[in-house]
This record gives sequence, structure tokens and C-alpha cells, in this order.
Amino acid sequence: MGEELKLLGVWGSPFSRRVEIALKIKGVEYEYSEEDLFHNKSALLLEYNPVHKKIPVLVHNGKPIAESLVILEYIDETWKDSPLLPQDPYERAIARFWAKFLDEKCVPAVWKSCMSVGPEREKAQEEALEFLSTLEGELKGKKFFGGETVGFVDIVANFVGHWTGVLQEMAGVDILTEDKFPVLCKWAEEFQNCPVIKENLPPRDKLLAFFKAQRETITNFYKNKV
Amino acid sequence: MAEEVILLDFWPSLFGMRARIALREKGVEFDMREEDLSNKSPLLLKMNPVHKKIPVLIHNGKPVCESLIMVQYIDETWGPESPLLPSDPHERARAKFWADYVDKKIYPALRTIVGEAKEAAKNEYIECLKVLEGELGDKAYFGGERFGYVDVSLIPFYSWFYTLETLANFSIREECPKLVAWAKRCLQRESVAKSLPDQYKLYDFILSSRRRISLNK
Repeated sequence: MGEELKLLGVWGSPFSRRVEIALKIKGVEYEYSEEDLFHNKSALLLEYNPVHKKIPVLVHNGKPIAESLVILEYIDETWKDSPLLPQDPYERAIARFWAKFLDEKCVPAVWKSCMSVGPEREKAQEEALEFLSTLEGELKGKKFFGGETVGFVDIVANFVGHWTGVLQEMAGVDILTEDKFPVLCKWAEEFQNCPVIKENLPPRDKLLAFFKAQRETITNFYKNKV
Repeated sequence: MAEEVILLDFWPSLFGMRARIALREKGVEFDMREEDLSNKSPLLLKMNPVHKKIPVLIHNGKPVCESLIMVQYIDETWGPESPLLPSDPHERARAKFWADYVDKKIYPALRTIVGEAKEAAKNEYIECLKVLEGELGDKAYFGGERFGYVDVSLIPFYSWFYTLETLANFSIREECPKLVAWAKRCLQRESVAKSLPDQYKLYDFILSSRRRISLNK
């Protein structure tokens, strides 16, 4: 019996790309379906993620899994080659901690630094610098968050590794710069040059053009969601 | 070698309750240390330098932070014969999804009710509880027959029911009878009964905190 694996995603979403990176690292074949989030969510998406109506959603043999971090752990538990999370429970707890820190603190702060205006933007910028500094401290001495190879936290940090550079260029702000964050910037370069990662990141110029053109639509869409 | 398990906690904390329940479910002896959040201990600041928050689980000197991460750590470290998470990857993913829902939806709604007690906040809270009630269905627990991860993540919120009902003037039993029945079922477990504070004591505490906060403005 063939295995049926489908990913509902969006080409420009870091959350969606995380899942693709994980599947590619595991060497798992899947069918990809691009969603139109702004105008026309598919019936399939609404059926498979009725609670949040968001991407990414991974559908494995007809059963859906939503929330990118949950999906990543599911992938790791289902396909055991090339583990993403460490085996030791304590190391796993640390990895999960940093993944949560990235999603709850870093991503919203960087996003608002670039997409907001006025005092909200200023406050977000201060926070972004603080959070990235914490992240840099965690990375010191290691090639990747996962050690010698890309792991769970590195994949979750894709927003920092790729999207941050694009967003700050579009917004004309300086957040992730080499003078402030030499370790993080070096990591971002290594991250982007990893063969599996490289093939699974949206092209920089396409992403930049998209954010520039769609800035207003995106800001309105994500108001109160990030 | 003796094991040292310390929980830095604060008795009304929903998140602390989760850790207490999980440890007790596994029969782990632990030293629960009450923190004064207006005067955080050097140990807390050292063990959770990033967030400086409770709860913090310190196992043989090593800290684990964030309640759901803690519950998973507890599940993976102790009592493999009584797992909180199911073994099937899809069921595990489902449990993690719903615990995440509690954090993303129920907790913020609760905070808004306590902060403003407005109609909109109450309605959001009820709506989210109803989604959870829908997921529970006619099962004894969220995972089926066994008390598990999602139950641990949500049951602490029961201790806040009286506070919310009184502040926002509504009856959770009327809105979500199955959920209240589930809560009573969970409370029959020693681990839960020991880990949740008395609802009325909590209400008094919230009232006096609010008074203190508004006096300090």
C-alpha cells in the first residue's frame, strides 16, 4: 500500500518551508499543494485545519497534522533516519525551549520591527535586538544550534536565517547586522548554504519583491495574528 | 545516586499546576519551592535567565523551563509504564496540537477577562472552551480512556472557573457541561486534587492582586 503524504503550504511562508526542509532531510516524498491564503483558502485546508485555518498542514494517509512545530516532531517520530531532535530528554527539552523562544519572541518582534509603524515598531525593534542577542548567546561556539549538523532549532530558526534579511531590507531597518550579531550572521550564511536548506528556501529576490508589493495586504492580513 | 527534583513555583500559577500534576502522576518526589514574584530568588534568575519566570523544574541541577516542555520532559524521564503522551505519532501530534491550543487561545482569553472582564473577552473564552468540549466529545479524557497530556495542560484552568464566572458573570457549567464533568473526573485523581489550589482562595488572591495593581498605578 502506498503512503499518501500531502503538504498544504505557501511558498513564501517560513512555517511551511520548515516542514519541507524536514521532509527533504528525511528523504521523504510528498505532494505539495500551494494555498492562496489571502483570497481563497481551499476547501481541503478548511477541512483539515478547521480550528486555525492556517498552513502548513501535513496530511499523512488522510490524517491531518497542523502547527509547524507539532508537524516537525511528528515527522521526526515517523521517519527515524536523520533525527532532527536529540535523543536525550534533557537535550530535547532545551531544543524545544529555543524553538518556542524563536516562535513566540523572535519572529513576532522581527516581523513587527519591519511591518509596523510608530511606537509599536520602535518597541518591537528594541525587543528584536534583545531576543537576537539571547539567541546569539545560545549559538556561541557551535556551527549550528544542533551542533555539527542542522537540527530542529536550526530549521525553526529559518525565519532568522533567511526571512529576516529580506524583511529588514524591504523595511529599510537594521536588525540582524554583522557588527551587532557576528555569530548569528555567520550561522545564517552556513544555514543558507546547506544543500538541503538552499534548495528549500524561496528565492531572495522573489521574496523581497513579494513583500514590497504586498506590504499593505500582508500587514492587514496578519494584524493581530502575529 | 539520589535524585534531586526541585520545582520553583507559585501556588496560583496554572503552569506550575501542570508540572505538579505531571510529577505526581509519575510518583516523583519533589521539593516545591514557593517563589515571591515581587522578589525573585537568585536561583530562579540563574535557572531561567531568559524569561525569569516560574515554573522551573530543576533536575539534578539542570533546569527545564516552559510548562508543556516540562511535562514532556517529565513524561520522557520517569514512569514509562504510565505515559502521559500516547505512543502513536499521530495521536501524539494531536495531543500536542490541543495543548498548544490551550496555551494560544484559552490562556489569553482568561487574561483578558481578568484584566477587563469585558463581554467580548468572555465570549471568546466560552467559544474556545466549546471548541475544546467538542474535541473531548463523549470521551472520559481527551486522549480516550487514559488521563494524559491534554488533560494535564487544561485541568489547571478549572481552579480559575469560579474567579472568571464571578468576574464576568456567567456559568461555565451551563455553557460547557461536558467539560465541567470532565474536570470533576480529573479532580478525583490524587495528582490533580493535590496540585490545584482551592477556587475560592484563588478568587480572593486575584481580587487582592487587582486591588494592589490598581492602587499602584
